[in-house]
Amino acid sequence: MINLHGYGPRLMEGALVTIELAVLSLILAIVLGLATASAKMSRSWALHRFATLYTTVIRGVPDLVLMMLLFFGGQIGINQVTDWLYYQFDIDIFINVNEFVAGVGTIGLIFGAYMGETFRGAFLAVDSGQIEAGRAYGMSHSLVFRRIRFPQMMRHALPGLSNNWMVLLKTTALVSVIGLSDMVKIASEASKATREPFTFMFIVAVIYLLIASVSEWGFARLQKRYDVGFEEVD
Amino acid sequence: MESLTTWLKNLLADNSIFTLQTLSFYGEGLANTVQLVFLSLIIGLLLAIPLAIARGSKRAWIRLPIFFYCYVFRGTPLLVQLYLIYYGVVFVEGIQDTWLWVILEEPFVPALIAFTLNTGAYTTEIFRGAIKSTPRGEIEAARAYGMSWSLMLRRIVLPSAFRRALPAYGNEVIFMLHASAIASVVTIMDLTGAARFVYARFYAPFDAFLFVAAIYLCLTFGIIYLFRHLEKRLLAHLKPASG
Repeated sequence: MINLHGYGPRLMEGALVTIELAVLSLILAIVLGLATASAKMSRSWALHRFATLYTTVIRGVPDLVLMMLLFFGGQIGINQVTDWLYYQFDIDIFINVNEFVAGVGTIGLIFGAYMGETFRGAFLAVDSGQIEAGRAYGMSHSLVFRRIRFPQMMRHALPGLSNNWMVLLKTTALVSVIGLSDMVKIASEASKATREPFTFMFIVAVIYLLIASVSEWGFARLQKRYDVGFEEVD
Repeated sequence: MESLTTWLKNLLADNSIFTLQTLSFYGEGLANTVQLVFLSLIIGLLLAIPLAIARGSKRAWIRLPIFFYCYVFRGTPLLVQLYLIYYGVVFVEGIQDTWLWVILEEPFVPALIAFTLNTGAYTTEIFRGAIKSTPRGEIEAARAYGMSWSLMLRRIVLPSAFRRALPAYGNEVIFMLHASAIASVVTIMDLTGAARFVYARFYAPFDAFLFVAAIYLCLTFGIIYLFRHLEKRLLAHLKPASG
């Protein structure tokens, strides 16, 4: 039916790279987002300022420009640091920034800013009486976070989180520009070699739609779980 | 003009990267980016309004294709859409013999088509949501006045839907500005394309990309300011009353 000219397995490998990249960046973005949200709500002036600067700058600059800055600039920056270490302390190390790490780092960094906004709104939506009650029971800060704040916050954060995930998934296509062999890159190589762009790009589009549909379903189930006690009455 | 160039020359005298020549690259890139974003937004908007209205049709054969269009263009990366159109257009049978080839040969037009279709899909969804949330009472009142469907759409539904859609549409405009950076991938000399050129020429990633990031940041702030101003004017009636 569809002749893939032997590119099928490579395309699947590419799809796997895309999924790995997306999931790892999501984890990094959630961690950064939680940190940013906490920093934005902290009493420390410096932390607040820093978090605001981070979210403003990241959200004001295109993903592709940030990616190129970090990928092309990152290696030079790291080389300068390792050179300095060598001349100053005679420590000889070599760190090579590979495309995958650069991709995860950049996408995580970008979406950390978006997640920060999502989580901040969600944190604020949790009734402060709940936190106080937890403290009154003698729970530690981390236990309050784990048992009270996080489960209630997730209900408010999930719609934003699922939106961010969908955008993040599509952003992963950009790593093909900095040379990572994700499925877009492999499909574009295959299109050029076989002169059949429709076949390959169509398959890639279908795979993206598939991942998006599956995750939409997953998020709907998660939402149901965190909505326990708040279901709409029929 | 003469004095301006000499002033610029003196300013840039001890600078090996940001010479008049590279700055003119950035200027050209800025013009291309603004053109591409502006045109695709305008055409996308014109496309989205009728689609958003038709999306709510009771007839499935009107509603479903539009739903499908939005679903596909919102569910796949813009880069894939761009590749599909940019590489794909060459392989349309016999297109190279027609007059269309003259305009399609340039990467600008395929990019414009991809961007337009993409923003059209997002904008359709935004307007769809805004139209759907029209208060029932307003529609009933219009009906009670004996307004026809098209008159009601023109006088009641669309004006208030546009206002409600404004904040979300502002985000879409910023999103489109950022998405336009992808145009550099298909050899268009937009802002990012200029930065890539300067990076390749001088091997100075920080200078090249930080400069262009600053330009994008300014453009983003400009758009935010513009939409805030518009919202203040058009959404004045929704502001919480203050003492």
